[in-house]
Amino acid sequence: MAFLDRTARSFLLAELVSGMALTLKYFFKKKATINYPYERQALSPRFRGEHGLRRYANGEERCIACKLCEAVCPAQAITIEAEPREDGSRRTTRYDIDMTKCIYCGLCEEACPVDAIVEGPNLEFATETREELLYNKAKLLENGDRWEPAMAARLQQDAPYR
Amino acid sequence: MVKVTVDGIDVDVPPGSNVLQACEAAGKEVPRFCYHERLSVAGNCRMCLVEIEKAPPKPFASCAYPVAEGMVVHTDTPMVVKARQGVMEFLLINHPLDCPICDQGGECDLQDQAVGYGRDTSRYDEHKRAVKDKNLGPLVKTVMTRCIHCTRCIRFSAEIAGVPELGATARGETMEVGTYVEKALSSELSGNLIDICPVGALTSKPYAFVARPWELNKTDSVDVLDAVGAAIRVDARGPEVLRVLPRLNEDVNEEWLADKSRFAVDGLKRRRLDSCWVKRDGRMVKASWTEAFAAIAARVQGVAGDKIGAIAGNLADAESMLALKDLMSALGSQNLDCRQDGADTDVFRRDFYTFNTSIAGIEEADAILLVGTNPRTEAPLVNARIRKRWLAGGLTVAAIGPELDLTYPAQMLGNAPALLAGLRDGSHPFAGVLKGAKKPMLILGAGALARPDGAAILAACWALAAGSHMLTPEWHGFNVLHHAASRVGGLDLGFLPGKGGKGLSAMVGGGVDVLWLLGADEIDTAKIGANTFVVYQGHHGDRGAARADVILPGAAYTEKNGTYVNTEGRVQRGQLAVYPPGEARPDWAIIRAFSAVAGKTLPYDSIEALRARLEQTNPVFARVDILPRFGCTDLTGPAGDASAVAAAPFVSPVPNYYQTDPISRASPTMAECTETFATPARAAAAE
Repeated sequence: MAFLDRTARSFLLAELVSGMALTLKYFFKKKATINYPYERQALSPRFRGEHGLRRYANGEERCIACKLCEAVCPAQAITIEAEPREDGSRRTTRYDIDMTKCIYCGLCEEACPVDAIVEGPNLEFATETREELLYNKAKLLENGDRWEPAMAARLQQDAPYR
Repeated sequence: MVKVTVDGIDVDVPPGSNVLQACEAAGKEVPRFCYHERLSVAGNCRMCLVEIEKAPPKPFASCAYPVAEGMVVHTDTPMVVKARQGVMEFLLINHPLDCPICDQGGECDLQDQAVGYGRDTSRYDEHKRAVKDKNLGPLVKTVMTRCIHCTRCIRFSAEIAGVPELGATARGETMEVGTYVEKALSSELSGNLIDICPVGALTSKPYAFVARPWELNKTDSVDVLDAVGAAIRVDARGPEVLRVLPRLNEDVNEEWLADKSRFAVDGLKRRRLDSCWVKRDGRMVKASWTEAFAAIAARVQGVAGDKIGAIAGNLADAESMLALKDLMSALGSQNLDCRQDGADTDVFRRDFYTFNTSIAGIEEADAILLVGTNPRTEAPLVNARIRKRWLAGGLTVAAIGPELDLTYPAQMLGNAPALLAGLRDGSHPFAGVLKGAKKPMLILGAGALARPDGAAILAACWALAAGSHMLTPEWHGFNVLHHAASRVGGLDLGFLPGKGGKGLSAMVGGGVDVLWLLGADEIDTAKIGANTFVVYQGHHGDRGAARADVILPGAAYTEKNGTYVNTEGRVQRGQLAVYPPGEARPDWAIIRAFSAVAGKTLPYDSIEALRARLEQTNPVFARVDILPRFGCTDLTGPAGDASAVAAAPFVSPVPNYYQTDPISRASPTMAECTETFATPARAAAAE
């Protein structure tokens, strides 16, 4: 009997038909893909993208060179050098992140006591050369300025859970 | 001994100890802020609370409570923990939450103990106290809002440093630690305030915001900026030495360090020689090692041995001095000198040129005569030890030499070397004090030996020591206080003119055609003849390098493994903390490499082989770190004629404590200190 059943199924193309039926079902279903970059997925407030160094509303940079992010960084991607600024305050003279080393774990952001280093929503920072991924302080501050509204909004959304 | 039980552990402690010491003896850690083993007990932080059985039911401040026989102490009961948590909460009321910008962060007592006894949130809603920062000079940075009023700094400056310039004004919450009238701390030990401050109120100004403790590689080493040989820890990050801290060595520096040794390290990255230079057509041009060695070998070729000479500087390690000595004798030269100041030493016996009582031995002395020395600038840690002895009571100090402020009272006998004769024949009143003393000491400054009548001064002092019961089989009270770290090592090695060899003045005065300076910068380079070919081997572009025809870049003391002998004759090893910059190499290796070029290859290829040769040259080099105490049985004095003492007054060989060597002269911090403390016009204006 089993032989007859298998033979009948293969001559009647039963598997092909069920396969095509599944295809037809997905043909009419809502599409899972989006037309990136013209369409985008929603990002979680906790999304960890490209870093930026933020400033206070008065333009003063937040970073105080406490070096906790440097200490906590598991990939040792952060390098900081500090010295007293002219007004005697503690500031970095160098704040480098090697984005090729960074594993985007977000511990730097967790460690920061003043919310200076923040991983923003930007995930489109691919470059043509490796060197461009070695970020310095100027680049990070520029990132911070560019993404400040989005970063601030996300931090505020996530604040109740911190 | 008193029997005390701490958390069930029985310990015996000496009578008069406090409960905290008993807890330490039992291996129980008691948190504390104000208590410090080397300072008087203040008992004002209240952090060291413990519970004592069969006593009033309250927590006791263990640092201020004496032990009694059969006392039963508990350090971990709920009552103790709760009491300490309460103290911590009070301490944190006015302490700012600025650990991220505080330099003490990571090595802060308050931070560490707040982890154990602090609450996670504050219940304090009122205004926090804010205190204006004080200006304590170019070395100590203050953030007085962080102060928790432990008064360790006040007690340190009054007791150890002997400059009672710090104090507290007002009381309670408004209490402030400061100098009353704003002034820079006039102590050579002020850097230790930074170490003893349990919070970040006093931090290092040159090191401000530079690094965090967890970033640093720590290397144990010894200091070479004076002849005390203090134990230090070199903290480096990458290729850079960032700071130097003292390390515990009860026999030498206890746990203190003098300011020059601590703060001159920023000179290690300035004015460095990092490649070879050769003079061509009157101008210095950069060269490779091969070219530099070829230039020296070409010049040395055909020069008679007695026309070649070598002078070792004050920072030279024993290994490189020995290598240079061996090279010179291979070249047929006896012209060696390690005494840049031209001191007249007698190396017939070792106790003619070392600090024989030993630094720890000062604590046994009951009368001290200082001759031609200012220990406060020549060896601040020796001065601190004398002060410690003076504080214990029963010590009489007198000084022959210029008027000094030694931080303890000393009879200024005058500045006439002839006084030595008066003391010797008993006609001077102080001779009676020396005669009556059980363990009298004489400290002769190396500066006095550099006088033209140095040998006579040495002989006169020895004769005085021998005649005043300073030299007995149990006690050796004759001491020479050096201020150059390489000096005793050089004398032990015999880095001195050999038979028929020329000394410093003859070599500098044109007696040699080729002169090899091993870090020698304190000589008068203007006197070197125009035709003398000068090879300068060293680490800083200082006076010696300015006159050189060939410059060989050497390693500074933090960049090589070297052996140094301190003024006591204690052999100590310095360790490499960072590698020398650029083309620079360890000094002995440079000399060894040149010896091969010159065709006189020295028989050692490793520092171990060289150290074996060192031990062979003088057995004292086998005894690292250990210095047995000894007495004196042979009263025969040095060769000099004690009656030939000249009338010229003594002058200090260290006119400016802050700049004595190429490293401290290159240091911006030391330059600032010089301007603040040593420049007379500024000092007068400040007053």
